[in-house]
Amino acid sequence: MSSLSSRAVRIKIEAEESVKKQYTHFKHRLEIDHECILPVLDREMHSAFLQKGLSNLSSSYECLDASRPWLCYWILHSLELLDEPLSDETISQVAKFLGKCQCETGGFAGGPGQHAHLAPTYAAVNALCILGTEEAFQIIDRGAYCAASAARLTNIMTPELFDGTPEWIVRCQTYEGGFAGCPGMEAHGGYSFCGLAALTLLNKTNLCDVKNVLRWTGNRQMRYEGGFQGRTNKLVDGCYSFWQGGAFPLIHMILTMHSTKDDSSLSAESWLFHQKALQEYVLVCCQYPGGGLIDKPGSGLSIAQHFAGGKLSHVLNIGHENNIVRPTHPVYNVCVDKVVHADMFFKQLPPPKSASKSPNT
Amino acid sequence: MNKDLHKELTYITNVINKHPKNYQVWHHRRVIVERLQDPGRELDFTASILQDDAKNYHAWQHRQWVIREFDLWDNELGYVEKLLRDDLRNNSAWNQRYFVVNHTTGFTDDVIEREISVLLDRQLQNYPSVLAFCQQLYEDRYRSPYLMAYMIDTYEEMLEQESDDRAATLKKAEQLCNALADEYDQIRGEYWNYVARSLTSRYGSQTNTVEQEVS
Repeated sequence: MSSLSSRAVRIKIEAEESVKKQYTHFKHRLEIDHECILPVLDREMHSAFLQKGLSNLSSSYECLDASRPWLCYWILHSLELLDEPLSDETISQVAKFLGKCQCETGGFAGGPGQHAHLAPTYAAVNALCILGTEEAFQIIDRGAYCAASAARLTNIMTPELFDGTPEWIVRCQTYEGGFAGCPGMEAHGGYSFCGLAALTLLNKTNLCDVKNVLRWTGNRQMRYEGGFQGRTNKLVDGCYSFWQGGAFPLIHMILTMHSTKDDSSLSAESWLFHQKALQEYVLVCCQYPGGGLIDKPGSGLSIAQHFAGGKLSHVLNIGHENNIVRPTHPVYNVCVDKVVHADMFFKQLPPPKSASKSPNT
Repeated sequence: MNKDLHKELTYITNVINKHPKNYQVWHHRRVIVERLQDPGRELDFTASILQDDAKNYHAWQHRQWVIREFDLWDNELGYVEKLLRDDLRNNSAWNQRYFVVNHTTGFTDDVIEREISVLLDRQLQNYPSVLAFCQQLYEDRYRSPYLMAYMIDTYEEMLEQESDDRAATLKKAEQLCNALADEYDQIRGEYWNYVARSLTSRYGSQTNTVEQEVS
């Protein structure tokens, strides 16, 4: 069929070739690896790359000027996964910077002086919870934002706030099984994770078809490369290690919750995807020699990739003990101890009495 | 006011051409089109973006919005067919096909017949059911994981409907799961082993008791 020899197939083959080159090169290194430490997560390099990014980013990040709380969150979470401590001075500096991004109407903006928006609000709240100091918590003015994650984490969730939301999210689940950005669109790894995690936060996972989510998400792992693609027939990309890979702990939890009897079908040792293959892809193909992670061999470096690719499984680890990262909370994407800490702080504060009272009036 | 908005539309066209993957620019375009109540340029414009990047999510989202908002369904299947001729594996185009059918005719018997004829160059009516068709493919030694997965799903449906020969059906499904896990779809080994265990635990109880009684 002529349509199969199209440009799309050619770039797929090119991607496989670049991955093959990496794996072949790695195989040669393995042959002289007498201490059997390969593949290894280059913690020092990555950590140096992240620490540097916290205070200074090159001009190529200019396009992310409206996403600065995201940069803070990505870097802070990557560092906590690597178990890298921050100095008190840095913690305070970052907290103060995020404070400058908060608007008078509540909510956080992409940078000082910009408009408040739900996405940077989510990122800023997560970043502040990772910082976890009294100063950081005090910055969060809880009155005025409503992202499910931010709301639940800071104890302001009321039923009215999310009236109709789960039903809308479920309409985004497509015939393929994954979730789309809005009803009618194509299933996509990013939206799929968000949809599933939001339903989890809202205790409404029973509304979606979890069997289809599982089949679709499982099928996104590439049999050749080991990493995930974001949508059917697209190319492998390290960032979906997080979006697609992150869905499996949620799916596991949902299946456990919904099974009528004691379901021994679910493995207690492994998630329902090939964890070793994914780790090999990230460690062998996505580590940039100078620190940081990339989406696939031959691509440019980015902080976002670093955050997303870094979510290796913490149940099964391959290679050196260096490769073990700290366990993260599967819904909030903040390390578990920090979630507990933030939860304790905000539990002391009362939830708002009525969500219908608008903060702007 | 109108004149300004048309200028603004031209302006945002240029910006989107430079930054086709930015959320805000597409939102701005939607606001302008909404104010103008004129979708005249939108189908051609999104088509031009999709020509460079056939899977641009924002372009597809804008296109779906325009089609739904201004009732522009008529020529969309034709457009989708053109895209599929270029690249049969363009999943965004397949999704659009579903979107159009779902909102226009719906999946009536006629439409399903038509869609199947799009997919197949073999005579489906020679086989009594889709499962038999798949089994024939399987016996012809096709080992596509998607084909095998589909057969497993069909067996599972048969098990749900309490078919006559439950044990045999279950066994066939389990064998397919094992073949996928061990040979044809190893990357999803964890998944297929889980499916096999789950089928056994749900439909294998009677069989197990029999076996236990025998042994």
